Amino acid sequence: MNVKQQDKLATGILYTIAGIIILVLASLLAFILIQGLPHVTWHFLTAPARSFEAGGGIGIQLFNSFYLLVLAMLISVPLSLGAGIYLSEYAKKNWLTSLIRTSIEILSSLPSVVVGLFGFLIFVIQFKFGFSILSGALVLTVFNLPLLTRNVEESLASISSMQREAGLALGLSRWETVMRIIVPEALPGITTGMILGAGRVFGEAAALIYTAGQSAPALDFTNWNPFYIASPLNPMRPAETLAVHIWKINSEGIMPDAVAVSAGASAVLIVAVLLFNLGARWFGQHLYQKMTGTGKKGA
Amino acid sequence: MKKRILLVAALLLSLVTLTACQSSADRGESITVVGSSALQPLVEAAGEQYGSEHLGKFINVQGGGSGTGLSQIQEGAVAIGNSDMYAEEKRGIKAKQLVDHRVAVVGITPVLNKKIGVKNLSFAQLKAIFTGQVTNWREVGGPNLPIVIVNRAQGSGTRVTFEKWVLRGAQAKQAQEQESTGMVRQIVATTPGAISYMAFSYVDKTVAAVNVAGVAPTDQNVTTNKWQIWSYEHMYTNGQPKGLTKDFIRYIYSDAIQEKMLPKLGYIPVNHMQIERDLKGNVTATKGG
Amino acid sequence: MDPIRESLLKVSHQAKLERRGRIIGLFCISLIVIVVAAIFYFVASRGLATFYHDKINLWDFLTKQAWNPGTKDSHGNPAVGALPMIVGSFLVTIFAAIVATPFAIGAAIFMTEISPRRGMQILKPVTELLVGIPSVVYGFIGLTVVVPVIRQLFGGTGFGILAGTMVLFVMILPTVTSMSVDALQAVPRYYREASLALGATRWQTIYKVVLRSATPGLLTAVVFGMARAFGEALAVQMVIGNAALLPHNLVSPASTLTSILTMGIGNTIMGSLENNALWSLALILLLMSLVFNLLIRLIGRKGAMK
Repeated sequence: MNVKQQDKLATGILYTIAGIIILVLASLLAFILIQGLPHVTWHFLTAPARSFEAGGGIGIQLFNSFYLLVLAMLISVPLSLGAGIYLSEYAKKNWLTSLIRTSIEILSSLPSVVVGLFGFLIFVIQFKFGFSILSGALVLTVFNLPLLTRNVEESLASISSMQREAGLALGLSRWETVMRIIVPEALPGITTGMILGAGRVFGEAAALIYTAGQSAPALDFTNWNPFYIASPLNPMRPAETLAVHIWKINSEGIMPDAVAVSAGASAVLIVAVLLFNLGARWFGQHLYQKMTGTGKKGA
Repeated sequence: MKKRILLVAALLLSLVTLTACQSSADRGESITVVGSSALQPLVEAAGEQYGSEHLGKFINVQGGGSGTGLSQIQEGAVAIGNSDMYAEEKRGIKAKQLVDHRVAVVGITPVLNKKIGVKNLSFAQLKAIFTGQVTNWREVGGPNLPIVIVNRAQGSGTRVTFEKWVLRGAQAKQAQEQESTGMVRQIVATTPGAISYMAFSYVDKTVAAVNVAGVAPTDQNVTTNKWQIWSYEHMYTNGQPKGLTKDFIRYIYSDAIQEKMLPKLGYIPVNHMQIERDLKGNVTATKGG
Repeated sequence: MDPIRESLLKVSHQAKLERRGRIIGLFCISLIVIVVAAIFYFVASRGLATFYHDKINLWDFLTKQAWNPGTKDSHGNPAVGALPMIVGSFLVTIFAAIVATPFAIGAAIFMTEISPRRGMQILKPVTELLVGIPSVVYGFIGLTVVVPVIRQLFGGTGFGILAGTMVLFVMILPTVTSMSVDALQAVPRYYREASLALGATRWQTIYKVVLRSATPGLLTAVVFGMARAFGEALAVQMVIGNAALLPHNLVSPASTLTSILTMGIGNTIMGSLENNALWSLALILLLMSLVFNLLIRLIGRKGAMK
């Protein structure tokens, strides 16, 4: 076989591999959607869950998932930005920095159940937050921070040092250079990382079982005062998320339509992650154009 | 960018502190119930109903397993700890300070994959299967098919009860373990030759329950102790219950829950029991409702 | 005072900003470090209690095969042998990495060398989407699709190392792929140009130049994926069977550190031996991710010296 044929063969194999991966995902998606979508109705999306009768929905769980995601991202995004900037721009290259990096990496490969139990003992019991959205959001932060920080650091590090030199040469402080030049430039990378992080948060169950809890008390959607106990915005109420709900139905569900609810909820979860993914991607592009002035009309 | 971040952080911080400092008046009243996943659906449903009848009072129900329930009630971290077993049966629990409320009875039955076709097993046969002395269904009157044992996790209430009354102290064979009844049911339903055990309420048409020593797994047989594999469901409080906790436990004992809700969910009301069984397994007759 | 003199002596606005920025960054990073330290302390203190408080022999813990912390063996020692779980964890991790590596690197080559446009537009979002699928759903699919198929093909119950491997393979694929892409993109363009100018075909260029110079990065990607696989719990737990037995073959029920840990933790009492033994498993997980990390470091350093 000559080199030309080898080249063709290798290209073919690579195409096959790419095809297989797409096929795997497509069949995964198709499987989940075909099983689940027939059960998804407006009623299913908005009704509260029933614990032992058929006909329950996932309305509250859906809301909880989004609210928890927003809270968790609100806490973890600024923290990871700060930490990532520090690691990439300020930290000196010494054993301490290396130790910090290592510990962050280790945190990221901890099984989520360990993080969840840690959160349970610290936030729920020690800080007396109880089973609440707040505990859940804090645990998700712990769970998500290493990945986000790493991502921010890498995105920043990939920006060429000429940009920094240019900023400094203009008389800007290092902080201004980072905030005005480097971060906007690295924004698409950072956003992608955040999307991936958000996806992980959205689908996370093990860490939340012991922190945000497994019950979804009825919510009063007319009262948005965050201090009212049944208010959807109250961060101190227990909140079962969609992923936890799926886990719970599969493990101990006794409603007669458990299989259908579980399949439907999985489908909704996937669709939500999909929409979220696309939305965040568009948002990242939009932001990038706005901040770097590469938009069509020059923002 | 930075301003936005700062703003968000400030907002969040204020939200957190405000919520933490809020007065109990607008908070309503709430208690947290934690523990046994077998009891969770009942308490959850009862809590919901209680909440709708008593405005401003909330019962938060969490699972986590009997171990979690007992640990947390011992620590005083929650109002009620649910457990499938007597607190005395768990090592590391000081049962003295805990007050036991037996709110329901749950019968547990062996279940088989439907294709096996065995209808009856003696206690000796069950013991032989779960200790690994018998490994093929042929030896207990079934088809020539290897036996696949599916256990619940070590220390789970269902498993403890089952092993207490079937194995009677013998060591179970190491086998597959599953965390939850739902998983067990799915696996037994789809795996040829599989055997496991679960509460009556989880048995559906995908798996086959069997008679043990000629006795059928029915609620009726549990109330007379003819069916021996059953356990109480306990709600433990740390000291005598007070306030909302007391109210809620009283509510659980009311007819609205015991007579109407329990049978629907597959539990057996405590006062239907014609016998009482203590920690050591001694049975005394009572005349229940 | 002279305004020029004043402006020179006063701390400038820039310097203030700079200081503030540094403090914010330092604050964030120290928060993370505190959390990490807390978790370490927390896991270590409970995990080590098995050995100090309950007097379990460390060597027995690592090499004995009987896992039944509630009961005692014939010598009166609690049966806490973690070997089956340790072996199980390593097997699924290694197999998942072996299966995932060719796919991940192939996909990465496709995205960077063969068809960057289509690769970035289709393959990249696709792999990113794989990350977003929750592990519960992976486990559910594993249980309803992978396990029955394995049972049909290889006999047994279908639960075991093989099912775990298949599920983990899909789960770590995105991580390994995206890191491999980074590694390949880091290879300077002129390497490729030089090779092509010498008359090499595209495949020769990829195989002899790009892959060779990206090897440390690719290895890092694989090790990183292995670290992920090692720590994954829910999905593996649903398909591996969770029997604390040394696996005889790829389709006999086995268990991993995470699966036993997740399963048992709710059924044990804080501070009891059963509970401490589970935390010791968590400690092993923690130490293993440390090892994986050092491995990544080592590979990185080797690569950097070239």
